[in-house]
Amino acid sequence: MGKNGASHSGSHVVGAPLPRIDGYAKVTGAAIFADDMALPRMLFGKLLRSPHAHARILSIDYARALRIPGVVAIAIGSDLPIRYGILPSAQDETVFAIDKVRYVGEPVAGIVAEDELTAQTAAALVDIRYEVLPSVMSIDAALLDVDGNGEKIHPDSRRDNNVHKEVHLTFGDLDAGFADATRIFDDEYFFEGNTHAALEEHSAVASCGADGKLTLWSSTQTPHYLHRVASAVLELPASRIRIIAPPVGGGFGGKTEPVAHELAAAYFSRKTGRPVKFTLSREEVFYTHRGRHPVRIHLRTGIRADGSISACRVQTWLDGGAYGSYGVATTYYTGALLPVTYKMGAYAFDGCRVYTNKPPCGPKRGHGTTQPRYAFESQLDEIAKELGLDAGAYRAAIAIDPYSRTVNHLRVTSCGLREALSAVSERTGFSDKHGKLAPGRGIGLAASAYLCGAGLPIYWNPMPHSGAIVKVDRGGGVTIFCGTSDCGQGSQNMLAVIVAEALGVDVLDVSVCSGDTDLTPVDLGSYSSRVTFMAGNAARSAALDVRERIAVVAGAELGIAPERCAFENGRVFDRKNPDRALSFIDAARATEARFGTLAGVGSYTPPADLHGDFKGSGVGPSPAYSYSACVAEVEVDFETGEVRVERIVLAHDCGRALNPRIVEGQIEGSAYMGMGEALMEESAFRNDLHRIPNLLDYKTPTILDTPRIDAIVIETKELEGPYGAKEAGEGPLNPVIPAIANAVADAIGRRIYATPITPERVLQALDGTAGPLRLRAPIAMKTT
Amino acid sequence: MSIAPSKILATLRVNGRDATLAFHPHATLLEVLREELRLTGTKHGCELGQCGACTVIVDGTPVLSCLTLAAEAIGRSVETVEGLAVDGTLHPVQRAFLELGAAQCGYCTPGFLNAAVHLLEKNLEPSEAEIRDALAGHLCRCTGYTKIVEAVALAGRRMRASIDG
Ligand code: FES
Ligand code: FES
Repeated sequence: MGKNGASHSGSHVVGAPLPRIDGYAKVTGAAIFADDMALPRMLFGKLLRSPHAHARILSIDYARALRIPGVVAIAIGSDLPIRYGILPSAQDETVFAIDKVRYVGEPVAGIVAEDELTAQTAAALVDIRYEVLPSVMSIDAALLDVDGNGEKIHPDSRRDNNVHKEVHLTFGDLDAGFADATRIFDDEYFFEGNTHAALEEHSAVASCGADGKLTLWSSTQTPHYLHRVASAVLELPASRIRIIAPPVGGGFGGKTEPVAHELAAAYFSRKTGRPVKFTLSREEVFYTHRGRHPVRIHLRTGIRADGSISACRVQTWLDGGAYGSYGVATTYYTGALLPVTYKMGAYAFDGCRVYTNKPPCGPKRGHGTTQPRYAFESQLDEIAKELGLDAGAYRAAIAIDPYSRTVNHLRVTSCGLREALSAVSERTGFSDKHGKLAPGRGIGLAASAYLCGAGLPIYWNPMPHSGAIVKVDRGGGVTIFCGTSDCGQGSQNMLAVIVAEALGVDVLDVSVCSGDTDLTPVDLGSYSSRVTFMAGNAARSAALDVRERIAVVAGAELGIAPERCAFENGRVFDRKNPDRALSFIDAARATEARFGTLAGVGSYTPPADLHGDFKGSGVGPSPAYSYSACVAEVEVDFETGEVRVERIVLAHDCGRALNPRIVEGQIEGSAYMGMGEALMEESAFRNDLHRIPNLLDYKTPTILDTPRIDAIVIETKELEGPYGAKEAGEGPLNPVIPAIANAVADAIGRRIYATPITPERVLQALDGTAGPLRLRAPIAMKTT
Repeated sequence: MSIAPSKILATLRVNGRDATLAFHPHATLLEVLREELRLTGTKHGCELGQCGACTVIVDGTPVLSCLTLAAEAIGRSVETVEGLAVDGTLHPVQRAFLELGAAQCGYCTPGFLNAAVHLLEKNLEPSEAEIRDALAGHLCRCTGYTKIVEAVALAGRRMRASIDG
């Protein structure tokens, strides 16, 4: 029996630490990323970007630029006037700004030329006149009503200020919950924004055939959404557009929504009849952004005498930047997942996202759940301390139970939270060290939960979230077609492993054709940690579709019922008498002879009963949740304020590890990225300008900053996951930041209420000048 | 037509073979490798000397090809990731990266491989600190560096064993 209860004997691929199937291409330089492509007669494009954070565009004159030899075409906002946005509720961007610009770096025009240098030179000759408007650069400024002289960032919004979205949800009787509390903890935290900084700069290549059919290769995590948006913006039927996602050089959420350069490449290729490439510079990647929202978080938590949470109220204010992006979803996510880890008597959540004149924020690994998780796990540490309880044991005591419902009605299935907590505690001897280390040394612990895919699609539709086709060749090769995009997380390998497991063939005999809207069934994309669960399930059912047919034919040949056929090691055999066997190839050929072309289809749609029935219930539900716990050990230099992370131990419940080595890699990468966010990464602005749009000043941890990382894989049995699997790509990041914050608090005996925990902030805390953030009355929020 | 200045004709020795080609005098080695020679294994993450993705070996020394003019490489020997595997057999460092999963998205990988091979050519038994030092100029956003360090150490052990054995 397989671990998930399916009648599948003896797994040989699932669970094996095999090299990833696309690894050869990656270690030889053979993998072709978007910018590696070159097509005959290809033109190069440049975007002209706004130097102002907020300004009206008075005029654009590009006649001189167009006369430069080698310049082929120029376009501005009015050439591509259709608004788009990743969420149906936020169709607020155009490819090039129309009438006004809303952040420094916003594309205003596009130029294509015979070569990059020419495009760049011509760009400098485009004459754009602006009328500069006052800019809005902070949450506080955005909440103020706009007076007579001011102008809203989005003049057509219905409010008097720059609020984009408000959310108010209450579950249970909050007043009774707080009345029931013996102690109430009230704290405010600030999580600074930061960015993905995937190493590959975004790139797109478009080619329009003589038949008018457009092919667009783009480093995108979401080829399907790009397909939809390209069709709308270019006013071209989707059937005439083919989107291909080549290997993506890191995403982390930064490539999950259609952005200007992709659509510009497509537009110019149609206009010129030639292939066109746009590759962003590193600086442009910082402006394209869609990174982690800066969030101010107010937490009020009531605790009963026994330590249980009687009531919790979370208020968040998100600095959204200039456009909607995924922001409505992000806003909900700042409230949706806290109850997935811990039991609470009552829960209320108020979220407010504002527009500011900065590059738009969007989803980064952990999407919207990372910031409140940092705050909540920090506060829990203070609560445990007040109660005199061990930080790990306290969390285990209030942990949510497997197969339960959260206070906000989310369905929880498998849950390895307690196992993860005890694994990290034991591995580090946490209880013996916490609060007992020498001054300057500290240890901290935190936990979290994450989605295995959003339970509902971004645009409402009743179709599957993922589809797959499995085809068997007469030579025994198996191909899986699925619309996924691999940004390094290993989705190609995941698909191959699942199909190999289902059909009992060598994983290297499986080819993966992914992310190609002409060839592959839709998968919604690499976001919300959905791919293993959803595409994995689709792939598995497509493979089982094929297997069932083979079993009918092989069973007949072997003189046994189809159910008695086992598939392993390239053989189909009688599970009661393994010597009676056919080779997989012979069985597949016989099946093709009997039933015709041997291909199977599968799809995955999440179950319908994941959530409650209220407005906003669509964000947060997931078919399953992953759980993580982290312990970090730090050393703080009292002289310089520098924090050195000495060790991170991170345990993650991923259901069944389809490939433990890849799961470890995701855990290690999450530990590293979380550490960067905790200590150094920040999207900082000076007046209207991004202060540090390059990889030297935007500090990320180098190999010298990054400590030993112990990844602990916790396996639970997730009945609905493919071969029992859950996600591993995002969840493990979330506990790392509060674990480090808690370790710093342990080391210096004071809490720092903001990220990143820079030397400056440490020194301020040591001086006593920092203190808790000022608590203040919520502005622009109704009280519930 | 274009406004670019005229090209120079020169011979570059790349992965042991001479290639005569024309390129702009201001072209970087990165651009010439990728765009003229179509050796796209060499990557770029910043083109400002900040990420290490573009690292190649010139006359035995790792250099950032985004900060090196192609003209500077004339008459010198350039090695890129495409030259690491010999007759389809992976270099031990490549094999270790593959086996341990030290390449996730793989975008930083060519730069790391070149730096690691260079390290092991000088020192087959590097300590963890020496490995980290040698790779300090390279950013990886995916792996947390853990498996990269392990892979370099593993490759060193294997290379030692094959010499000893
Ligand atoms: S591209 Fe050369 S160092 Fe980044
Ligand atoms: S593997 Fe993606 S940047 Fe290193």
